[in-house]
Amino acid sequence: MLDDAVIQRTLAAALRTGGDFAEVFVEDKRSSAAMLDDGRVEELSSGRDRGAGIRVVVGETTGFAHTADLSEAGLRSAAEAAAAAARSGGGGVREVALTRRDAPRPNEVAVLPESVPKGDKVELLRRADEAARGEGGAIRQVRARYGDSRRQILVANSEGLLTGDDQVRTLFVVSAVASGDTGMQTGYETVGRTVGFELFDRYEVEGIARTAARRALTKLAARPAPSGTLPVVIGPGGGGVLFHEACGHGLEKDLVDKGASVFRGKVGQQVASPLVTLVDDGTMAEEWGCYAVDDEGTPAQRNVLIEDGVLSDYMWDMLRCRKEGRARSGNGRRQSYQHLPMVRMTNTYLLGGQDDPADIVAGTDHGVYVASLGGGQVNTATGDFVFGMREAYLIEDGQITEPLREGNLIGNGPKVLLDIEAVGNDFAMGSPGTCGKDGQGVPVGDGVPTLRVKALTVGGTAA
Amino acid sequence: MTDLVDIADGIVGLARDGEELEAYVARSTDTEVRVYEGEVEQLAVADSQGVGVRIVRDGRQGFAYCGTFDPDALAETVAEARDNAAFGEPDPAAGVAVPDGVVPPALDLWRPALADVPTADKVALALELERATRAADPRITGIESCDYADSRGESAVVTTTGIRLATRATGAELVAYSLAADGDDTQTGFGFSLGRDIESLDVAAAARDAADRAVRMLGATQPPSARLTVVLDPWVTAQLVGIVAGTLSAEEVVKGRSLFGGREGEQVASPLVTLVEDPTDARSWGASPGDAEGLASRRVPLIAGGVQDGFVHNTWTARRLGTQSTGSAVRGGFKSTPGAGCRAVSLAPGTAAAADLVAGVEDGILIQEVSGLHSGVNPVSGDFSTGAEGLRIRNGELAEPLREFTIASTLQRLLSDVAAVGSDLTWLPMSAAGLTLVIADVSVSGS
Repeated sequence: MLDDAVIQRTLAAALRTGGDFAEVFVEDKRSSAAMLDDGRVEELSSGRDRGAGIRVVVGETTGFAHTADLSEAGLRSAAEAAAAAARSGGGGVREVALTRRDAPRPNEVAVLPESVPKGDKVELLRRADEAARGEGGAIRQVRARYGDSRRQILVANSEGLLTGDDQVRTLFVVSAVASGDTGMQTGYETVGRTVGFELFDRYEVEGIARTAARRALTKLAARPAPSGTLPVVIGPGGGGVLFHEACGHGLEKDLVDKGASVFRGKVGQQVASPLVTLVDDGTMAEEWGCYAVDDEGTPAQRNVLIEDGVLSDYMWDMLRCRKEGRARSGNGRRQSYQHLPMVRMTNTYLLGGQDDPADIVAGTDHGVYVASLGGGQVNTATGDFVFGMREAYLIEDGQITEPLREGNLIGNGPKVLLDIEAVGNDFAMGSPGTCGKDGQGVPVGDGVPTLRVKALTVGGTAA
Repeated sequence: MTDLVDIADGIVGLARDGEELEAYVARSTDTEVRVYEGEVEQLAVADSQGVGVRIVRDGRQGFAYCGTFDPDALAETVAEARDNAAFGEPDPAAGVAVPDGVVPPALDLWRPALADVPTADKVALALELERATRAADPRITGIESCDYADSRGESAVVTTTGIRLATRATGAELVAYSLAADGDDTQTGFGFSLGRDIESLDVAAAARDAADRAVRMLGATQPPSARLTVVLDPWVTAQLVGIVAGTLSAEEVVKGRSLFGGREGEQVASPLVTLVEDPTDARSWGASPGDAEGLASRRVPLIAGGVQDGFVHNTWTARRLGTQSTGSAVRGGFKSTPGAGCRAVSLAPGTAAAADLVAGVEDGILIQEVSGLHSGVNPVSGDFSTGAEGLRIRNGELAEPLREFTIASTLQRLLSDVAAVGSDLTWLPMSAAGLTLVIADVSVSGS
């Protein structure tokens, strides 16, 4: 993307007034999207964002500047701005010798989306619209969105690292509105992978559309969710967000260091039921949160966070690893070249257990079965977290019965981890997600087998 | 400023016969300072820019963007938008805005002096906020983040149909997220201050809020489930109003996704509820002389005395429904096409002070924070359920703190159950204003 000599001179400019560390992050991201709504392909859109972010670290202070101008003059000017921002004091010239160190990509991409005719992308939307509406006259509205992105990055730093990645992601989303005597209800389904257009060799858009439509239709007959504390069974693949919120964010080392995590000082301690082994794995081929290297140039890794209920490690970014002189975990990510990296999750999942999922449901006298969770939110300092029920049912006498309207569940992370009393043998990865932290969104994946939490507060209205 | 219009003019000049073309050009200069334990942790300074190009030909729309003003990239972007337009399906209502004779109001949103404030002064303010928050109460044990940020944002919209509008605004803010501890119990709070310039920032108020909100939650417990009256803090009300405003977009009406579609003239809320969108009010954070399609901003009544009164329109929704745009085109930046939405919506304030409203509640909860609005609120069905924390109200007095519960109802019922509206209208850093709002008969789920 850039000439090695230009990168070297830019790093030298960043370090000219001192500085313990300097980094050049270059990104060239192309995206395309097509949207259908109200029975009509509304538009295709495409765009390109290209630029460099430069950071300089002096002591505890990070200076940062970014530029869309990738000429040597543009880069030098950003490097000087970052150095000035870091208030660097000393002087001197440091030469940086760069060594190219690439990491293997988790998977190859068969069909680059940019090579696919636009008409083929549009055709997917029409097929999805027809399939969703084919589920019945109660389906009143369908929105379908196709999106792809190719993000090429280069990372070089004053430690001599030079590496890069080429990340291709493809996504298809359908949301449907059904209307009946009880008003309107919505259904949603999304499929996304870190692959190219071959995604659609594996997933028929008709199937995605029908799932969305059926969810909306099912909810027309839904009753209000209960209000109060109940056992909650979460279905395979549907509920990784539970762990993302209950403990994932709290295991990010930047929050831990600031005392903003209930998991501070708990490494080596039993923090969860012995049934819980939680992994964050950026190498997981094709999953939404995978990559070859993170946005600081560290190769992606599989990191065990909790093993048999014992907290084994946090997730780390490079600066904190440097400071503590420990091995890197590959969790330094950023939304774009306009952002500083921070500690982020990749694909976070609970390993499968021994229980038969049917037994888990049958062993629940009165509770809630959540087939699919929506998003969530956590306060890492208190551990309190919420997550939404996108598709949920009542469990009565060990049977899944009536569908429930939407609502949030609320719980406390450390307590919920200890309250996990059954883990099924039917592990599945879930839907692609976008994780937000401090104003930055990054793609993440999650997964769980069927599991039961002894007690969660269900935020419905029914007594 | 003028150079953005020049850039947009240059792009519009690339339109071909038979094409409508809209160029949206934006630039901002931002400074962000984060301090931690008396030191600068991060300092970022940056210029960002970009262009979004919309082309409509024969009713087909295409869009493309690029994050640079490089002339070659702009020409490529126009070509790409043109190519994309061939794949849209024809829509007689498609098209860019056409001048409607409404004159954009002159609003005082730009403080040139912000550009001359030394970085050291900004750093000093952030450090002062951190120090003041810590000093506000001995139980404040840490500051999770303490930031100063400012922005000078400019944009221009020019079209082949004669739209030509440039807008600009400055903003500065201070925000601290605090940690309070007592034994094993940790709670969090936040405080902020914002303004168009650095002089408007109130460090003491932000520090006091950040400390109070965290400290008063110490010892919080989970309440039992019940149906209760809740009193929403202005911060929470603004978030609720923002969600209601989203359902009043004519785009949702056209597409059959609005709770309020076809209900004009009907009683949809308590008679105490009057809701108005007014981006010409310079106090609002979303104030602007014009909208994202370059039409003048204007005041739009949405709900009057509980009766559904209007919707916010952009050019497309107005054509679809045979009316005029209300100057309510919104876009998320240069990377997106204009939708229809609110930027500065507020409830008409009542006459009672917040403290008097609390005093009138026998058994209830003051809600100071909600979570999971994106996951537990469905604006199409109206189902509403969020995580919450706050203080018990007992016999008109604020009592013990409560956490780990949800409040649930439906948007329709919440609006009908509004029992009192406070006088404390406060503009917040979002598209809606807040005030204290009392809502009866809400489901509280806890232990």
